[in-house]
Amino acid sequence: MSSLVLENLSYQYNGTAVIEGLDLTVAKDEIVCLLGASGCGKTTTLKAIAGLITAQQGKVFIDAKLISDEQRFLAPEHRNIGMMFQDYALFPHLTVADNIAFGLTKMSKAQKQQRVNEMLELVHLVGCAERFPHQLSGGQQQRVAIARALAYNPSLLLLDEPFSNIDTQVRFELIADIRRIIKNQQVSAVFVTHSKEEAFAFADTLAIMDCGKIVQQGTPEQLFNTPNSKVVAEFLGQGIYLDAEALTATEYTTAFGRVESLLAQSHAKHVGQLYVRPHHLELMPLQPQSSPANTVTILNRRFVGSHFVYKVIIAGQEIDVAAQLGQSFLVNDDVTIRITPHTVNFFAE
Amino acid sequence: MRFKFSLSRWQFFAWVIGIVLITPLCFLLFESLQGDSEVFSHLWDTVLWDYTRNTLLLILGVGAVSCLIALPLGWLTAYCDFPGRRQFEWALMLPLAMPTYIIAYVYTDLFDYAGPVQITLRNWFDWQSPSDYWFFDIRTLPGAIMMIALVLYPYLYLIFKTALREQSFKLVQASQLMGLSPRQSFYKVSLPLARGAIVAGLALISMEAMADFATVNYFAVSTLTTAVYDTWLGYYSLTAAAKISAIMLLILFLALAMERYSRRNQAVFERQSGVNSETLYNLTGKSAWLATGFCCAVLFFAFALPVAVLIGYAVSYAEQAWNSAFFLYAWQSFKIAMIVSAITIVLSLFVVFYQRIAKQAYPLIPGRLASTGYALPGTVLAIAVLLPLSLFDDKLNTWLEPMGFSPGLLLSGTLFAIIFAYVVRFYAIAHGAVEASFMRISPSLDMASQSMGKSQGQTLRKVHIPLLRRGILTAALLVFIECMKELPAALLLRPFNFETLATHVFQYVSDEQLELASISALAIVVVGLVPLYFVNRSMEQRS
Repeated sequence: MSSLVLENLSYQYNGTAVIEGLDLTVAKDEIVCLLGASGCGKTTTLKAIAGLITAQQGKVFIDAKLISDEQRFLAPEHRNIGMMFQDYALFPHLTVADNIAFGLTKMSKAQKQQRVNEMLELVHLVGCAERFPHQLSGGQQQRVAIARALAYNPSLLLLDEPFSNIDTQVRFELIADIRRIIKNQQVSAVFVTHSKEEAFAFADTLAIMDCGKIVQQGTPEQLFNTPNSKVVAEFLGQGIYLDAEALTATEYTTAFGRVESLLAQSHAKHVGQLYVRPHHLELMPLQPQSSPANTVTILNRRFVGSHFVYKVIIAGQEIDVAAQLGQSFLVNDDVTIRITPHTVNFFAE
Repeated sequence: MRFKFSLSRWQFFAWVIGIVLITPLCFLLFESLQGDSEVFSHLWDTVLWDYTRNTLLLILGVGAVSCLIALPLGWLTAYCDFPGRRQFEWALMLPLAMPTYIIAYVYTDLFDYAGPVQITLRNWFDWQSPSDYWFFDIRTLPGAIMMIALVLYPYLYLIFKTALREQSFKLVQASQLMGLSPRQSFYKVSLPLARGAIVAGLALISMEAMADFATVNYFAVSTLTTAVYDTWLGYYSLTAAAKISAIMLLILFLALAMERYSRRNQAVFERQSGVNSETLYNLTGKSAWLATGFCCAVLFFAFALPVAVLIGYAVSYAEQAWNSAFFLYAWQSFKIAMIVSAITIVLSLFVVFYQRIAKQAYPLIPGRLASTGYALPGTVLAIAVLLPLSLFDDKLNTWLEPMGFSPGLLLSGTLFAIIFAYVVRFYAIAHGAVEASFMRISPSLDMASQSMGKSQGQTLRKVHIPLLRRGILTAALLVFIECMKELPAALLLRPFNFETLATHVFQYVSDEQLELASISALAIVVVGLVPLYFVNRSMEQRS
């Protein structure tokens, strides 16, 4: 059974469509990430799920129960949804324990106490119960926020850019930590971010959003390796477009010569563009048989610790390419470039 | 499940509050458009133009004198360092606590024929009678202008000083590097940049000067305010009073329009570099003494001297002044102020909370409607409140009479009228303070509370109110103080034989016996000092 289903959800604000005919399914115990650039409607979608805004069109089902459509609307306080906010939204006038107990109702005092203790243990904050939010570090506040959102066993957990206020040094540790906690509690979650690194680290599946719609949903590898559109391809990583023609299911011609695909693909049209990521490009010392098309000049180089990254221009587009281990070029060197065989991304025109 | 777009009860409450609080103004406008009233046409034919001229002269005069006092003070305290600057910076606001009628009384007492100044002069120069010398008469329009300007200049001073502080020093420094003297850079850079602030300050002063009743009444200078008062208490003509009030509303509207107009470029003048905490010029020698002397003189005449005289009265007449009347009137003022504070707080919580949660169109309108009463002068407000209340009483009596009941003036003749008028007048203060504290609460707290199963009402009670506590207390205190000080509305609306501290003091001012109410007068001054503390604190927090 799916935890959350959105069907044809639409929301307009001041006459502008923010979400347009959005469909999304979240399986039980799955963490889905809504990933997209700022302003693409991610947070609005989250608010529509929580009932904090009223979508003008579309249906929302939680645990197969219809909670909102064009006529009906279940108030947010009756949806049993846990939400974690970008600024954590901890109540500054309440202690950690009171914050966690805020959503607990129909429980005796002792039961509440016990639940709070369980949650504190889960998030490794035993001993902090009587502290106030301002006495905690950013990471601790975040753990209180997740404990609070999970304390009342919500049917669904929503996370709105929860890691954006955390230092980069500890961010990925915390992401792993929160992921462990959510998996441990067996709750489905929808997570919103604009950072693909966070999305890759945190989610089971990604749903890429653009202009109020989901353009593709799948596991991180699927989306990265076989994006269904240029938007998805570009969003998940740098690359260049090369004009290409599909000769067979696995062979393409470009100005750089033939490019081989590791996976056979069929195309309705044979003329289009290949999207090539830097790790499929290989820089070599200038080869005698190199044609002018395969020869590029190093514009500048940047040392990144284990190796150099070189900036070159290919087909009029700048790209950063890492050299093979042990190879080193200087600025203004001419080098030969080769595209290694890979599962190509071909977008027909 | 509920159906979408249902009328929420918060929306209902907010609109009811907005509409009820705007009702008096609507009645006033309606009444002022009613057919010719005999009293009004009589006034129109005889004295109304003089009254209007006096009002306009009063406004212009107070504005001009305030500029002469406030602009140099603002520039000195914002840009220059001289002995005592830090203390003067806040002390120069103290005169705001002084009701005009008290300062007017004190100066009349000092400068009268029988007052200490003229007596001393006569003794020195051996003059025998008034025909031997000329001495100015303070109980005139210029006298009233001086008195009112002495207590209103701090508005302009405060706004102008803040505007200068927020201008970047770099602009002035750049102008100096380009060869301008401090005086030239003041006229060419600072003053043009602060023009919006000056107009805003003058608009505020104009509104207050026009609303002044006590001083002009005491000095027997007839203005529109005194005309409203006399028309009602002398001729019992609400229609004529409403028509005169409408003229005042027109002037008020012009002042507000002027203020709006001056702010249209505000975005351009917005500060770029934070508030300056250092000063620009270090005054030494003669100029430092001049600066200190000027500040001392203003402070002495506008505050220290009147307070000293009041204390002198209170000491010499302690036995008569320290009496049960003082406690009774203080208690009555206190009671009304408490009730009004409580009501305005509750109402503003409803309206501001609605603004926060509203999903319907135009959420700000109820608050705007409810806040309009603040701009009305006390006398105008009193007439505006009397119109619907007396209509209600009238209808009620006509309706009940056949049944043998006669409830009398149930609303217009009781404390209800005063309380209602104060709520209309001071709602805006509570609204502003509560709104400001609400803005500091992150909206995600509301969403968090709702997502955890709390209704809007529960969120208000469990999250907002605890977090708003300080803001609510401040708002209540500010409303309380304004209620304690308010005079003209109380004079017109108080039930028979009912006195507040302010009406009590004014009564004695009119009877030339302020000495006997000196303790009450001091109490009003002390109460008036409290909000200055808050203004000062918020200024310090900003810098």
